[in-house]
Amino acid sequence: MQNGKRTKSVSYAKYGYLFSIPFILIFAFFSLYPTVFTAVIGFTDFKGVTATTFNFLEAPFDNFVRVINNGTFQKSLINTVVIWVLNFIPQIGLALLLTAWFSNRSRKIRGQGAFKVLFYMPNIITAATVAILFAAIFGYPVGPVNSILSTLGLSSQAFDFTTDPWAAKLVVAFIQFWMWYGYTTIILISGVLGINPELFESAELDGATPRQMFFRITLPCLRTILVFTLITSLIGGLNMFDIPKLYIWNGGPANETMTASVFIYAQAFSGSYLYNRAAAASMIMFVIIAILAMVVFYLMRDKYESRLNKQIRAAKRAQRKAMRRNA
Amino acid sequence: MNMRPTLQNRKQRNGIIYAVSIILGILSILPFWIMIVNATRSTYQIQQQAISLIPSEFIANNFAVLTGKIFNPYTGFFNSFIISTGATICAVYFSTLTAYALVAYNWKLRQPFFTLILAVMMIPTQVISIGFYQFMYRIGLTNNHLALILPAIASPMTVFFMRQYMLPSLNLDIVASARIDGAGEFRTFNSIVLPIMKPAMATQAIFTYVNSWNSLFLPMILLTRKEYYTMPIMVSLLKGDIYKTEYGAVYLALALSVLPLLVVYFVLSKYIIAGVALGSVKE
Repeated sequence: MQNGKRTKSVSYAKYGYLFSIPFILIFAFFSLYPTVFTAVIGFTDFKGVTATTFNFLEAPFDNFVRVINNGTFQKSLINTVVIWVLNFIPQIGLALLLTAWFSNRSRKIRGQGAFKVLFYMPNIITAATVAILFAAIFGYPVGPVNSILSTLGLSSQAFDFTTDPWAAKLVVAFIQFWMWYGYTTIILISGVLGINPELFESAELDGATPRQMFFRITLPCLRTILVFTLITSLIGGLNMFDIPKLYIWNGGPANETMTASVFIYAQAFSGSYLYNRAAAASMIMFVIIAILAMVVFYLMRDKYESRLNKQIRAAKRAQRKAMRRNA
Repeated sequence: MNMRPTLQNRKQRNGIIYAVSIILGILSILPFWIMIVNATRSTYQIQQQAISLIPSEFIANNFAVLTGKIFNPYTGFFNSFIISTGATICAVYFSTLTAYALVAYNWKLRQPFFTLILAVMMIPTQVISIGFYQFMYRIGLTNNHLALILPAIASPMTVFFMRQYMLPSLNLDIVASARIDGAGEFRTFNSIVLPIMKPAMATQAIFTYVNSWNSLFLPMILLTRKEYYTMPIMVSLLKGDIYKTEYGAVYLALALSVLPLLVVYFVLSKYIIAGVALGSVKE
């Protein structure tokens, strides 16, 4: 019987290939080829808005060396990481606090659904809109924040939130935080719901306090999800573009909010259209992101494999049971 | 033995939790409230007092100022609508089809193909934008909606999600009995598998639509002609010198770009929050 099933499924195997063709074709055409093309451009003299031809450089890694030694690129990388850290630490902290509060078994917080809807709301709004809205809210010399500050008597003069390098970064980090903490909170809470409730029940019977249960059970069980959140947030952070680009146009005159993506955009699509330098910078980012993506890949694969193993074991057990019954 | 918190303690703690949650909720709403109110106020009023909770009556005036210049909300909506709708249909339909190939059939390269999808899932298109732009330029797909719609056919994230959903919910016996009834494989997919996948497809449709609607980087480099601008590109124009002192018009433009999203969000919020939560289950 089993053998019969297998030969039957083999005869349908061609449909597996057939139904994957659209994906594979489009992927090769719109993702794979552009990736290779970007890498190739990184080794050429390709620049200028009207240029269509290019030659390979005599020193193949010239663009990469120049980009790495470019002060603006270095600054953009540092800015990217600084803004990401400034947004991620409070984001994960607040998300964990809200998770502890909302998933506490001994107290019922009412209106959780409504709170989640509100916390997540900024995430679905167009980032371009959010950037310009916050630029207006933190406007100088007139803007809502400055008017609140002067009403409260905290500052006698209007404060410019774009020219001060730390204020500019903090505002961008705050916007990112504000857009993403709701998402992280929902992910963590649903992670807690996936933890075996018996763990909490037996801990409760043993007299554990909610605090102990959070630190000894919830946090360790959320470890994979926390790593996943960290890395996906880092990958997203390394690509940060809309907010830093639009909060201050192109990262500002002193590059206060110039991030790696804004740098790449500015290199390739303004000034002297240095496609080759932008491509080299892109490939550097590509390698960093690919390494991070690999970590996510292994996390998921392990989970996938352990689930697969579980299924195989369950199938074997069922088989054994069936055989015993037959015997 | 640890001291259990007294009832009064607990009440106080609950009070703190509600207070923090309400403050965060207000923080989510306040910027949009300021935006909507200021969209109805004149630039002069905003300059006099940047923050007000009471709407004024200059919305028509602001609209005239806004549309008298480069910002065209109709063009923006139209282009965003075409691209997002096209991309969503492509992503959802073809991802389900690809997932079906991964789940229902036993083929030699199935596992390597799935590994490939996992491997490229996290790579953002932004880092290959230079090659993408140059390639599209060469084949004449810049200033063309298709360059932003067709790539959605290969959405590794969506395929992954669909596969995870399909594994437990699709009973292959149904497929087998459809075969016995003489239905072709493609027809079986369209008439039997698609209806089963409806909930997952709805979830993915919402997120693909919102992501496509909101995206700025690729549209900005590919669509350089005014008549192709999407809503986010229109919004980015507000940053230029053209609208520098037109505060009322800028707020109105922002409100116009946000309102449809807010309406959709509050109508579908239940599904959206559930969809986000699923995102953690999927890994």
